Amino acid sequence: MSNKKRLDRREFITRSGKMVGGLALLGGAISGYGKQAASMPAYAIRPPGALPEEDFLGACIRCGICVKDCPYDILHLAQWQEEVALGTPYFIARDIPCEMCEKIYCVRNCPTGALDRLMENIEKSRMGVAVLVDQETCLNMLGLRCDICYRVCPVLDKAITLERFHNPRTKSHTLFVPTVHSDSCTGCGKCEYACPLPIAAIKVLPESLAKGQAGEHYRLGWKEKEKRGGALVTPDIEHQYNLPEGFQYDLLGEGLIAPQKQGGQ
Amino acid sequence: MPRVPIGRAAVEKKGWFRANRWLLLRRTSQLLIIALFLIGPLAFVEWSDDAEEKIWLIKGSLASNVVLDTVPLSDPFIYLQTLLSGQAFEQTVLIGALIVTLFYLLVGGRVYCSWVCPMNIVTDSAGWLRRKLGLKKKCELSPNLRFWVLGLVMVMALVAGNLLWELVNPVTLLQRGLLYGMGAGWMVVAALFLYDLLWSRNGWCGHLCPMGAFYSLLGRLSLVRVRAVDREACNDCMDCFVVCPEPQVIRPALKGEDGVSPLIDESLCTNCGRCIDICGPEVFRFGGRFNK
Ligand code: SF4
Ligand code: SF4
Ligand code: SF4
Ligand code: SF4
Ligand code: SF4
Repeated sequence: MSNKKRLDRREFITRSGKMVGGLALLGGAISGYGKQAASMPAYAIRPPGALPEEDFLGACIRCGICVKDCPYDILHLAQWQEEVALGTPYFIARDIPCEMCEKIYCVRNCPTGALDRLMENIEKSRMGVAVLVDQETCLNMLGLRCDICYRVCPVLDKAITLERFHNPRTKSHTLFVPTVHSDSCTGCGKCEYACPLPIAAIKVLPESLAKGQAGEHYRLGWKEKEKRGGALVTPDIEHQYNLPEGFQYDLLGEGLIAPQKQGGQ
Repeated sequence: MPRVPIGRAAVEKKGWFRANRWLLLRRTSQLLIIALFLIGPLAFVEWSDDAEEKIWLIKGSLASNVVLDTVPLSDPFIYLQTLLSGQAFEQTVLIGALIVTLFYLLVGGRVYCSWVCPMNIVTDSAGWLRRKLGLKKKCELSPNLRFWVLGLVMVMALVAGNLLWELVNPVTLLQRGLLYGMGAGWMVVAALFLYDLLWSRNGWCGHLCPMGAFYSLLGRLSLVRVRAVDREACNDCMDCFVVCPEPQVIRPALKGEDGVSPLIDESLCTNCGRCIDICGPEVFRFGGRFNK
């Protein structure tokens, strides 16, 4: 073998080595970056009917048809400097919430199925879940009647209800606590958008952040009872008071009633 | 040795317009495609009292779109990634990708590069400017590197289960940015421009871009090809080698050593027609693969 050939071969090997090394570096860098980019920031919300995030990132071809189809210009394709995966559609509730239009225009022409094209009822969509994140600043929690989130919610009186509690500060008023029900909340963001505080006290979060999970073996006694139509273990017995002689107990009225002294008056 | 400026001979012989004909047509095509996307809805049709439909000429972006709200067109390069990531078995995008694939199989895959892709305008401008400034630095990378990058892109999609390349792809970034807003994406495009200008001739499109590599694979058997029909007339001015984005494809057909046919039968040729424009003696012409 001539010297030149041997040199060529050596050069070939070093060159290929460099190339493979370079490619591995590139691949590693992109994968690392990809991990970061694949985690959606909590303020960003996908359009209705979107696949779970990992699948969505594989399916969405970044065409922007959904953006063009939304009549309210809610959606936006992520740009280079933004935290959301490049080119994918999202919206920020506090800037502009989803109008939950009946026709769900945004999903209809999605070519890849990244959005569920067959979705029929916008109230079934789960873009996220609203959470009353700040109970210290929410006006209703302070005892006022703001109620704005309750009133703007498109799933009125289902996704948010106002639950009444005793106001422990005034001792004589009621708190109307905005309470979100995740089985009805679509995550449209109307409540977050409308909250009058400089920073919203109610925010739409991804379900993974917003929800806890009950233990699998947990059973709620009162629900089980309702299901069965009666007590599950021993039959219910009426409550009995064990009181000293002559005492009475008035549950809804005065409470404990001492016996009247006889003859002393 | 002072060289006759590139293209002078062609302009003198054929006039400025014919010496730039294909270039002008290509730029028109590239800009027109962007413009068509930007037009927006053409008409509003009222089907009934409550339903108003917008009719678009073309809606979406080069990644995927619908023409006249009926025909889907999808980029097979991105679609292949979604397939490998285990997603998007939807019919629409499949049909769209097939139509586009078929088209480029016929006309030559890299017609995408020279007639459609807007990044081509950026890199061509960098190439033009570096010629004007007389910058000489060549690209040290192998022109085959892009096929390895293409492989890497596909492997990443397969392994990661999502479109990793599309998180950084500067080409779709530009294509999408022109239609939906660039934001800081301009910096990426500017970086590519500077890379091509200062670092290496045709560094991006000619060596690295996996999309160009993908489309060149589609162009293996294309029917439309450039032919060095009149290669005897070549006076070795070398202008075509200077302006061609893939100069290595010209030599076999032009020099015709060992009886090689005058057909530029290289899938890396972008069918841009710049060699046709620039050649004074009019050696090249577009032709069919099977033309005599
Ligand atoms: S549901 Fe309607 S308003 Fe909401 S993002 Fe989709 S198209 Fe826009
Ligand atoms: S229409 Fe579908 S594929 Fe296109 S950007 Fe929207 S979600 Fe992604
Ligand atoms: S996000 Fe807010 S407004 Fe929208 S459905 Fe849920 S609770 Fe109602
Ligand atoms: S709109 Fe805001 S401040 Fe008002 S009740 Fe709802 S969360 Fe509280
Ligand atoms: S090589 Fe890539 S960037 Fe260059 S024109 Fe082709 S697709 Fe566009």
